[in-house]
Amino acid sequence: MTRVLIVGNGPSAHRLAETLTTRGFTGSVTILGEEPRGAYDRVALTTHLTEGRDLAYPDIPGVTAVVGTKVVSIEPAAKTVNGSIPYDVLVLATGSAPFVPPVPGRDLDGCHVYRTIDDLDAIRASAATATAGIVVGGGLLGLEAADALRGLGLETHIVEMSPWLMPRQVDEGGGAVLKKHVESLGLTVHTGSGVTRIEGDERVTGLLTPDKGVIDAQVVVFSAGIRPRDELARGAGLQVGERGGIVVDDGMRTSDPSILAIGECALHDGQVYGLVAPCMTMAEVAADRIMGGTAAFTGADLSTKLKLLGVEVAQFGAMAGALDVTYLDPVAGVYKKLFVSDDASTLLGGICVGDASPYATLRSFVGSELPAAPSDLLFSPTAVELPGDAPVCSCNNVTKNDVTAAIKEHDLTDVAGVKACTRAGTTCGSCLPLLKKILTESGVDTGTGLCEHFTHSRAELFTIVQVRGITTFTQLIDEHGTGRGCDICKPVVASILASLHNGHVLEGEQAALQDTNDHFLANLQKNGTYSIVPRIPGGEITPEKLIVIGEVARDFGLYTKITGGQRIDLFGARVEELPRIWRRLVDAGFESGHAYGKALRTVKSCVGSTWCRYGVQDSVTLAIDLELRYRGLRSPHKLKSAVSGCARECAEARSKDFGIIATEKGWNLYVGGNGGFTPRHADLLVQDVDTATLIRTIDRFLMFYIRTADRLQRTAAWLENLEGGLDRLREIVVDDALGICADLDAQMAAHVATYADEWRATLDDPVKLRRFVSFVNAPGTPDPSIAFTTERDQIKPEILQVTSR
Amino acid sequence: MNWIPVCPFPDLLPERGACALIGGEQVAVFRAHDGSLYAIGNQDPFSGAYILSRGIVGTRNGEPTVASPMHKQVFSLTSGVCLDDPGTVIPTFPIRVTMGMVEVSVK
Repeated sequence: MTRVLIVGNGPSAHRLAETLTTRGFTGSVTILGEEPRGAYDRVALTTHLTEGRDLAYPDIPGVTAVVGTKVVSIEPAAKTVNGSIPYDVLVLATGSAPFVPPVPGRDLDGCHVYRTIDDLDAIRASAATATAGIVVGGGLLGLEAADALRGLGLETHIVEMSPWLMPRQVDEGGGAVLKKHVESLGLTVHTGSGVTRIEGDERVTGLLTPDKGVIDAQVVVFSAGIRPRDELARGAGLQVGERGGIVVDDGMRTSDPSILAIGECALHDGQVYGLVAPCMTMAEVAADRIMGGTAAFTGADLSTKLKLLGVEVAQFGAMAGALDVTYLDPVAGVYKKLFVSDDASTLLGGICVGDASPYATLRSFVGSELPAAPSDLLFSPTAVELPGDAPVCSCNNVTKNDVTAAIKEHDLTDVAGVKACTRAGTTCGSCLPLLKKILTESGVDTGTGLCEHFTHSRAELFTIVQVRGITTFTQLIDEHGTGRGCDICKPVVASILASLHNGHVLEGEQAALQDTNDHFLANLQKNGTYSIVPRIPGGEITPEKLIVIGEVARDFGLYTKITGGQRIDLFGARVEELPRIWRRLVDAGFESGHAYGKALRTVKSCVGSTWCRYGVQDSVTLAIDLELRYRGLRSPHKLKSAVSGCARECAEARSKDFGIIATEKGWNLYVGGNGGFTPRHADLLVQDVDTATLIRTIDRFLMFYIRTADRLQRTAAWLENLEGGLDRLREIVVDDALGICADLDAQMAAHVATYADEWRATLDDPVKLRRFVSFVNAPGTPDPSIAFTTERDQIKPEILQVTSR
Repeated sequence: MNWIPVCPFPDLLPERGACALIGGEQVAVFRAHDGSLYAIGNQDPFSGAYILSRGIVGTRNGEPTVASPMHKQVFSLTSGVCLDDPGTVIPTFPIRVTMGMVEVSVK
């Protein structure tokens, strides 16, 4: 059995181990990492600081990952590391270290680098007692660090040696536009400026420049480039480059054939790579070679597109050419430049600042003939059809052909499916518009019809019903569909009608549209009985009400279980028992918990500042207010929520469709989380807002989701598919970019004003009550097929005879 | 034919089912949008539960159907054939209206 030992636990190491595992490698894989934690997504480092995002990669089954273990020596002859740990194949993925220029004072308290989660935690700790910070280095990482300091509330300066920012990605014209953007955010940029020394005794007090005097600051972050970590390789006698980096061949092999090197520590053809995409490719090449393949790394495209400090910056191909076409709009802060060959026929490269929308398309034409006039390419790039071998996602090395093939093979119908099957769009996300375009080109109607009865998507039906004021299914299907509907379109229309008109879901013709759960206002279980969940807002309940639930469960012999949403579920009720059970519950002050509906389920809460020693806000009161506000709101899928009273997050709010976490200053609102089949953490939509702003933002978020989501699409998938993602959502519901907020507000106000408990309304209506029988010709007879045994002193359904599978 | 009365016709909701217990047999009866009636066995062969009368009524390519509320397999109301798994067939029964009463024959 081949023993693969990987030194280093960054993204490259993780990708290597993951590739080996998914390709069925039969040997053992061990990772040794020096950081005290498992592998995490370094690319998204800043979000750890600004959003508290959890960056950990999932564990890879079958791979042994040892954290907190620094490798200090390799013994190539004995094939061991640290004198005793054996390997057959050793892979060095040691990454790089930030370069700190040798200036006096660089070790003072308050001086940092920007590389690991520990670095960021240290920066945050220093920032807590600081008012101003300086980033040394105005490159890609430097601007990210500056954004982080700004996010921590510091007056922020950037000191860059070159005459403009991001000199490796943009030219002087682009740099000037970029500088204006950055300064408009309140940052101070000092370009063409060096560092003489860091001032201070123990703690940093400022930074002395050769020509601009002292800049006062209590935090300094060095981001002046990186150096490959090749010290282990040097110690083992492996060949290294003059300026650092472990020399590797196209198969990632070092000068010792049993030792490979990948990622930022590797020197290939005289080049080290600090971008994620080439490092991932190296990891995949190494995996192939370890498994006996012949894959080769032949250098990489250094194109980049990123959004820093709210500015899009992109660079692809060459940064010079015989001819160039430049567009500059200093008012909007947009700069675009294409470099072409001297006969103006071949695209050589380009730079975008302020609007990088041409990037995804143009990058794939580098080195080939221009598909259209350069000015057209700069303004409407998506009109151009991509060649099949064009790279669509360079982070994960996916071509257009790969995407087209996956769409055919797996019958994919949306961007989320393409992401899951090809990995395209899962790293930086810049290619998502292209994925959508390829779906359309492949004949997938991305606004897919619901079913054979409607060619419209759910969102389109919603608009039709709303604009035309349609109130019945019959009218809708007569005028806009065919046939008489099915189990797919009927509940969708029922949900739309309920969202827009909020009448009783069993009123008139609507009753025939409801799934059995909504039809009986309870949850169907496997033996044909139903379960009942009364609403317990925020999970708060008086002893008296708790006793009533216990009495009802006892009197009707119901199996009783506490749910994950701080409620109580009562199982085993027959149809004809439901009204009698509700009567008891409603009389005691309960109402429907809508556990059966595609509707708001529960708003979970921790105990909050009322009792908790750590709580900073009253999470229980907010949870109750929210649950009562949104109860009964019908939506494309179930809605879950939670409120945590402090950052310890005991209510698990970030796994919810909308989760609220208290801060010292107010509330943070996270949206688009869920557990389930594909867990997703919710993303921060607004920060430190007061209660009124919070509720207004949730109102709009929910209504916009209800208007535009597909059938059975949770907020997580909806947000993943939303063009422009979280930023666009914020523009729409916070900045009112579409001018629809007044409408959304009015719609939610109407919902709140017209809410009525469905259980009570049913009990008050003898016509509706007549449906609650097992047999229409024998109303008093219970269903004889339903039988129970006993387990742990409660009922349990008897197993039913199944005649077909 | 032995016709057993089940309920008055207006008791059946359009495009919704109800269950009748006839000599120990559970029969799901349905009233379509146009008023036509159908009767099939109430047991869902895939789950074993007696619940087909609680499914959503509709059409597939014009054929009247009901979808099992358990796991959504669709059955033809005219033939009892499962349209998602044509090897599976459930019983169908003659049904009619006499003097305003819905009647089903199980034998």
